[in-house]
Order: sequence, then C-alpha cells, then structure tokens
Amino acid sequence: MIDQASTYAADIDNIIIWVAVLAGFWFFVAEGVFFWLILKYRAKPGVKAQYLEGHENHVKKWVTWPHVGILAFDFVIIVMAIMVWYDVKQQLPEPDRTIRVIGQQWAWTFQHPGQDNQLDTDDDIFTVDELHVEVDQTYHFLLEATDVLHSFSIPVFRIKQDAIPGRTITGWFEATQTGEYDVQCAEICGIGHGVMAARVHIEDSDGHAAWVASAATAQ
Amino acid sequence: MSETAVAVEHHADHAHDHHGSEGFLSKYVFSTDHKMIAMQYLFTGMGMAVIGGFMAYVFRMQLAFPGISVPGFGQVSPGEYNALVTNHGSIMIFWVAMPVLIAAFGNYCIPLMIGADDMVFPRINRLSYQIFLLSAVILLLSLFVQGGGFGGAWTAYPPLSAVGDYNQTSLGASMWLVAVALEFVAFLLGGINFITTLMNSRAPGMKAYDIPLVCWMIVIASILFMLSVGPLIAGAVMLLFDQTIGTGFYDPARGGDPILWQHLFWFFGHPEVYVVLLPAIGITIDIIATFARKKVFGYKMMLYTTVATGVLSFFVWAHHQFLAGIDPRMANVFTVTTLLISIPIAELCFVIIATLYGGSIRLTTPMLWALAFMAEFLIGGVTGIFLGASGADIYFHDTYFVLAHFHYTFYPIAIIGTFAAFTYWFPKMFGKMMNDTLGKIHFWGTIIPFNVIFIPLFVLGMGGQHRRIYNYEHFPELAGEGMYQLRELATYALLVMLAFQLVFFYNCIASWMRGKKAGKNPWESNTLEWTTESPPPHGNWPEGLPNVYRGPYEYAHPDREQDYWPQNEPA
Repeated sequence: MIDQASTYAADIDNIIIWVAVLAGFWFFVAEGVFFWLILKYRAKPGVKAQYLEGHENHVKKWVTWPHVGILAFDFVIIVMAIMVWYDVKQQLPEPDRTIRVIGQQWAWTFQHPGQDNQLDTDDDIFTVDELHVEVDQTYHFLLEATDVLHSFSIPVFRIKQDAIPGRTITGWFEATQTGEYDVQCAEICGIGHGVMAARVHIEDSDGHAAWVASAATAQ
Repeated sequence: MSETAVAVEHHADHAHDHHGSEGFLSKYVFSTDHKMIAMQYLFTGMGMAVIGGFMAYVFRMQLAFPGISVPGFGQVSPGEYNALVTNHGSIMIFWVAMPVLIAAFGNYCIPLMIGADDMVFPRINRLSYQIFLLSAVILLLSLFVQGGGFGGAWTAYPPLSAVGDYNQTSLGASMWLVAVALEFVAFLLGGINFITTLMNSRAPGMKAYDIPLVCWMIVIASILFMLSVGPLIAGAVMLLFDQTIGTGFYDPARGGDPILWQHLFWFFGHPEVYVVLLPAIGITIDIIATFARKKVFGYKMMLYTTVATGVLSFFVWAHHQFLAGIDPRMANVFTVTTLLISIPIAELCFVIIATLYGGSIRLTTPMLWALAFMAEFLIGGVTGIFLGASGADIYFHDTYFVLAHFHYTFYPIAIIGTFAAFTYWFPKMFGKMMNDTLGKIHFWGTIIPFNVIFIPLFVLGMGGQHRRIYNYEHFPELAGEGMYQLRELATYALLVMLAFQLVFFYNCIASWMRGKKAGKNPWESNTLEWTTESPPPHGNWPEGLPNVYRGPYEYAHPDREQDYWPQNEPA
C-alpha cells in the first residue's frame, strides 16, 4: 500500500484489510473444498457416483451452515464500511480552512484563502494543478466542475469525489505528513483525461505561511 | 392468447414445410431455423470478440510501452486510446457476452432441451438477429467516421457523452448510442421468444422442474433484461436528443441533471451483470452434473436462489455511484443491499461445489472449462466485496482494482463460460468430436495467462492507478519502474493468451472437417438435445417430438445399471 497521508487513510486501509481477511477466509475455504472434491471424486472404474437429491438434511447442512457464517461476516463488513463512510463522507468536522477545487477540461484550478484565512475574499490565491495545504489542519473543499464530470482524487489521502457541473460538493481532509503527492482526475473527461494531473504540496505551518506570503506578493 | 399461439404454431409449421427446397440464402442468411440463427449469433459474436480482443491488444501495448508504434495499428493517440477502451468494453459486453451466451446458446439449446421443433416466433427470431447485425455494423462504422469512435467510456456519462464540444467525437458518440439502442431492441425481441417458448412449447410430460437449469437461467436472464432495459432506452433517447437536437436533459445549466443518466444506466447496468452471469452459471451446472455423473445438488434451491438474486439485483445499482455526488446517506442503504446479494451468489457457488460431492468426475475439456468458471468467478465475487463496502470503495473506485474485479467476473462469464458451452455442444452442433488434447492445450494456454494478466492489475489498482489513462508519465507515483514492470507482465500474458486462441480456431476447423463422428449422445447425457441426430435436422425430431418422463439430472440412479437415464426414456 502507498503512503497514508491523511487522518482517515489508516481507517480506510483497515477496512480493506478486514475485508481481505473475512472474504479471503471464505475464498480459501471454498476453493479448498472445491479442489479437494475434484481430486477425491475423480472417476474410478466400476465406482458409480452417489445419488443425492440435495434435500437430505445430513448433506444440506454443508450448504446451510456456511450461509449463516457468510451472513455474519457480511454484517461485520457492513458495520465497518458504514462507520468509515460516516467519518469520511457524511460527518464533516469543523474546518480550519476552506478551499475551492474546480475541475475543467483538462486542469485543476485551486482557490486558496489568502492571509486573512477566508475564502472568497480579495486576497485569495488561485493556482493551476498545484494545491498547497498545511499539515494537521482540517480542510473543507468545495468541489465544482465547469464542463464535464471529473473526479478529485488524492490516493495518499484515500479521498475521492466526483465533481459535477452545476453543483458544489463539500468534502474534507486533514493531512498528517508533509510532502508532495499526486492529485488525479479519476473520471474520464475527454481526450486530455490522461494529462489532467496535479500535485498537492503539504507544508508545515512555517512553510505554508511562507508560500502564502510569496503568492501574495506575486499577485 | 390461445388463438395467437395456434396461429403462431401454424406459421412455424408453415416455415418448416419448405425446408426441403431451401437455397443458400434462405438456409444460411434468412433462415428462421433456431439452430441457424444461433450459429449466426455465435459467429457474429466470435467475430466481434476477435475485434474486441484486438483492441485490448492495442491499448495494452500502449500501456506497457507508451508511445510505441503498435504492430498492426500504429501509434495510439489519446483520442484513439479512449475510443479503444470505450469500444472494447461495449463490444465485449453487448456484442460478445450477450449474443453468444444468451442469443446463441439460448437459441440453440432452449428448443432442443425442452423438446420443441423451433422457437415460438421464428420470424421475430430472424428479425432479432438482423437488428443485432445492423447494430454491430453501425458500431464498427462509428470507429471510422470523422472525429473517430466514441471515447467517453462504455458507461457514457454525460455531459461528456452529450456534448460534441466536450467529447470531440459527436458523430461517433451518436452512432455508438444508436448501435447500443438497436442491440437492446434485438435482445428484447429475442427475450420475448425465449420466455414464450419455454412457457408454451415444452415437450409433453415436461413439468417446470424437469426443465434443464440452463434453460431456466437464460429465461430468467431475459426477464431481468426486459425489466431493466426500459429505463435505459428512455435514457438513451434523451441522451440522443441532447446530442443531436440540443435538448438539455442532462445539462445542469438548463435544468437537467447528469446524475440522472447514471441512475438510469446502472439501474439497467447492474441487473445486466446477472443477465450474462445466469446463463454462464446454467451452462456450468449442466456441464458439471453431466461430467460428475451427479444429480444437481438442490435443483429447486438453485432455481429459487436465482430468482432471489434477480430480484435483489434491482436494488444495488447505486453502488456504482457512491462517489458520484449522490446523497452520502444513500451509500449506506446500497452497501447493505450489495453485501446481501453475496448470500444468494454464494449459495449458487455452494450448490455447484456440492454437486461435485460423491461424484464420478471426468475431466474432459468442457468439464475443465466449467470447473475453471467456478474457480475464477469466486475471485471476481470476493473482490466485489471490497467495492460494495462503501468505506473501502472510496479508495478503490475508478482504479484498476475495479477493472481487475469485473474482468474476473466477466471473463469467466463471457469467455470461460462460452468455451465451456462451445466445447460441450460442439459435437451436437457439428456432429464431430473436438480433439481433446488440443482442447486441453488451449484451456491451459488461456487460463494461466488470464490470471497473469489480471492479478498484476489488482496490484496496480491497490497502488492507486486510476483508469482510462493512455500514458502514466504525468503521474510521478504511477510512473515508477515497478509499475511499468507489472503493466508489461500483463501485456506479455495477453499476447500469450491471444496466441493460444489460434489453437482453438485450428481445433474447431480441423475437428469439423475430419474429427471423429460424435453420434447422438457422446457425453452420455440425459437432456433432450442428445436424443436427436448430431447435428439435428430442421425441425429437430423429424420422426416426432419426444415425451418426457423425468427430470434432467437423473445420473447414477441406484435402481439402474446404466449411470444415466435420458429424460425421454419410458420408465
């Protein structure tokens, strides 16, 4: 697995691992029984197959009991999936800062708050294909698209959200380590889909302040 | 109702009266014989599979060796890449899986397995194929019009698919849409035929629970298709209007909504998975029963489970849209329904596995394919749980993990299932046995590379590789050496797999020309198609339709010396 750079990246990886364990268990049981039966019941001269309806209780239980097990495992997976989903997508924590992310063919435009820390004021900083965030700060992003569907995806954050023309979708993340990572467009958006790449720069508080200051003078 | 049926039977008989004096055109091109129509569907579908496979070869070469001039194609531009992946997906689902699994084997098997002389509506059947052929021609032509083929993915999400300025292939996009809509019309006509024939034309004595499961599965699939396709046809018409006459059904600026298409598409699209899955499961269970010499474990249980799967499949569609901008609370509902569908699907798998218990298993080529379907489909099923669990889907959505997952479902269905059915019914269709050694070489030469293609793609998906990108050089995290090695491995495996298909084509032709004569019932099977000549003549049983005395799976009955008991043999 790749770097975990957001607060919920580990939660999402955990559910993936749990599904792997629970579903993997049934997978190996099923494949194991399957291949064992193929080996055990190869045709032998003079031996006739057994005549079973599949309604007899002593054989039916071999299908019934695994069912109960699968139902129980499904229940566990459902609960875990909904808990993670609730934290990532449904219950947004209070933001320290809000940014706007706009997808268009074929670039990402990022609108950062300027030195006043407020979005939609005169000192906002606009960048193309370059997102700057401060580590350990809770961000809300307002996701928009101007033409077709795009999907705002940062794999190291484990965040992904489609952008839809005519709507603003709010999401959140909080970076946990500094660095520079890929931002993708994960929804096909035309012939330039393959070049719609951006980078997220995660800076510590001094570094971020320096970037804001330099961007302010550049404007 | 009964009057119609009588009139129709009269027509059918009328058509058969002339079969002695058929010319080339009426026998091979404008035939109303269900077996000939099945062949037309089969060979058209296989031809389309070759085209779809060629497309996969071209874009896999581009992915492994970006910028290379692909032998037989040339350099791949981003627009061409999009058109290739879009049409590969569309072709393999709509012009390969459906025509081969449902139309070809449905047409071939249903009348023969239920003891009818033909479909109830032979001329509608012919019309169905003709519309299907037209749709295939339109799709192929769309690749060569100005601007190139449609490149908005097989899901065709608007606004990209709706606005020519965005997709830059306005003519290709409209032709793609018309082709898909016509294909749906063809399968609606075919579906009507399957359902009516199964209901009305069974041989005397054949009760509902005496019908072979493959026939039930194809008919249940047809019902699912008919129930789910309506909304999509309405959606397709709206999309066509948006493309051509400037309406705004999917344009938010004019009061439309792009998400509407996604709901209509996936309301069809998810049942569609089961539409192609069920025939493959039916084929598998019939073949496994035959070669394990076993009664199917819990026939009724299997049938009811299939119906339950079908019903449930209408309530899971939004798991494709967790991240599409729908209300996040909705994801919770669809996570529950999606994981619940694992119960009936697991049941179908258990029934197939349990049928092996106590059997006398003969590993013929069709049996190997049927067993491989089960072994590989399990991987597809299990990886689906990651995507159905909303929390995990946030990461996996739109990555190669999804791609590898659905290839592990669709490949067993459309390719492995087809080879199972083809090798099983080849003796009936052509009257000759296929070469078993070549069949096994082809089997292993297909199955091993298949896994070597798609297991690396799971790994790439876990590494964050997103879909439909013609070149990963712009994404530093995806442009590493290890990632390229995995892509190359998958591409080499694909080349090996494609090369082994030559063995299959050689085996078909060689066996057809000078294979061993098959006789009526080479597999010692119980079902009715094995009680007539191979290949069956026009009208199927010229000396009179068979009577049915028992169910289709009476293998190894304790009261009998012989280990099979044909359905038409009096007690």
